[in-house]
Amino acid sequence: MNYEIKLDIFQGPLDLLLYLIKKNEIDIYNIPIAIVTEQYLEYLDFMKSMNLDVAGEYLVMASTLIHIKSKMLLPVHEDEEETADPRDELARQLLEYQSYKEAALNLDTMSILGRDVFSRTASGEDEHEDDECLLEEMSVFQLVEAFKQIVSSMIAEDLMEIDTEKISLSERINEIMAKLTEEKVVTFVDLLGEITDRLRVVYTFLALLELIKLRMVKAYQVEPFGAIRIYLAVDE
Amino acid sequence: MDNGKAVIEALIFVSGSPLTVKRIAHVLEGMSEREIRETVQLLISEYEERRSGMRIVEVAGGYQLRTHQDVAEWIKKFTGLKPVSLSRAALETLAVVAYRQPIMKSEIEKVRGVNVSGTLKGLLEKNMIRIVGRKDVPGRPIIYGTTKKFLEVFNLKDLSELPTLRELKELGE
Repeated sequence: MNYEIKLDIFQGPLDLLLYLIKKNEIDIYNIPIAIVTEQYLEYLDFMKSMNLDVAGEYLVMASTLIHIKSKMLLPVHEDEEETADPRDELARQLLEYQSYKEAALNLDTMSILGRDVFSRTASGEDEHEDDECLLEEMSVFQLVEAFKQIVSSMIAEDLMEIDTEKISLSERINEIMAKLTEEKVVTFVDLLGEITDRLRVVYTFLALLELIKLRMVKAYQVEPFGAIRIYLAVDE
Repeated sequence: MDNGKAVIEALIFVSGSPLTVKRIAHVLEGMSEREIRETVQLLISEYEERRSGMRIVEVAGGYQLRTHQDVAEWIKKFTGLKPVSLSRAALETLAVVAYRQPIMKSEIEKVRGVNVSGTLKGLLEKNMIRIVGRKDVPGRPIIYGTTKKFLEVFNLKDLSELPTLRELKELGE
């Protein structure tokens, strides 16, 4: 059952093509498309016979190869100005992929932290985005906890209120973003504290969760039960 | 002030994560940033001279105390932790992001020729890449870039330290 291993040999259709090119000692600028297509399809058949799911990307490449092959068979009209070789695009793609493949291998040879070299926090788990103070990234659950605290600390006024103000989620999101852009950092209490209207608190909290989900903002805490600070995720 | 060197060494040790010259200067008010840099260089060569099992490296915009590569084997035996490893798919995706950032998912997929959703998610979780914003084109696609942690893990001072990508040769006529 070494299916996964088999699959992992090639990183995709481009990788497979590079392998075939290398194996046949082919010039990448002058790919004998008929031979390569044949071998490529043979490999796909082999994958199928091994009962492997051939990813859609491999099939797209197969059709591209066949398309190029058929184009090569067509007679070229003399009067057409400089008909581009149908293989050019493929060659360019292969070369580009090859250079990134090499770059990836290069990365792997570096002194990788946690593999070749170690620091006092070798796992690299500390995520001090900021040099100012040591911040801990918050989980959503801690946020919910803080939210509960604020709601429960609100004085329960037994007043009936006619809701004239219409709050929309996107409006609150914009308000929070505007505040953040201006002040860089706001605390959770800053955002919710001055609000006494329960509905508004809820909307603010929802807006915050949405922003975190969209990775527009980040929430940090210095210590357990400390103030939760909200930062813009994109610091520019 | 001769004990500046000792203080700097101690600060780098305590910091754990890469310590910036600025922060050192903040603590050591008597020393200029240039003096600090020179002192760290002195420390670095001292570690090298006595063939220490540790070294101070300049990485991700700061200085960090790290074990020497030659002792990795024993560290692994000691901690018993599985070493950090990245799959080929992750490394390739990371390479594309690193060299081409800010980059959209569709652009990465065009280079690699495969779907990269899963790989991107894994790299985001490992905090190697981050969402840097959205591109101002229809659909406002998310664009990605590498993080400070990426520099830290791959032992890079900054992005300019990435080895140059082999130039794409122009297609022959």
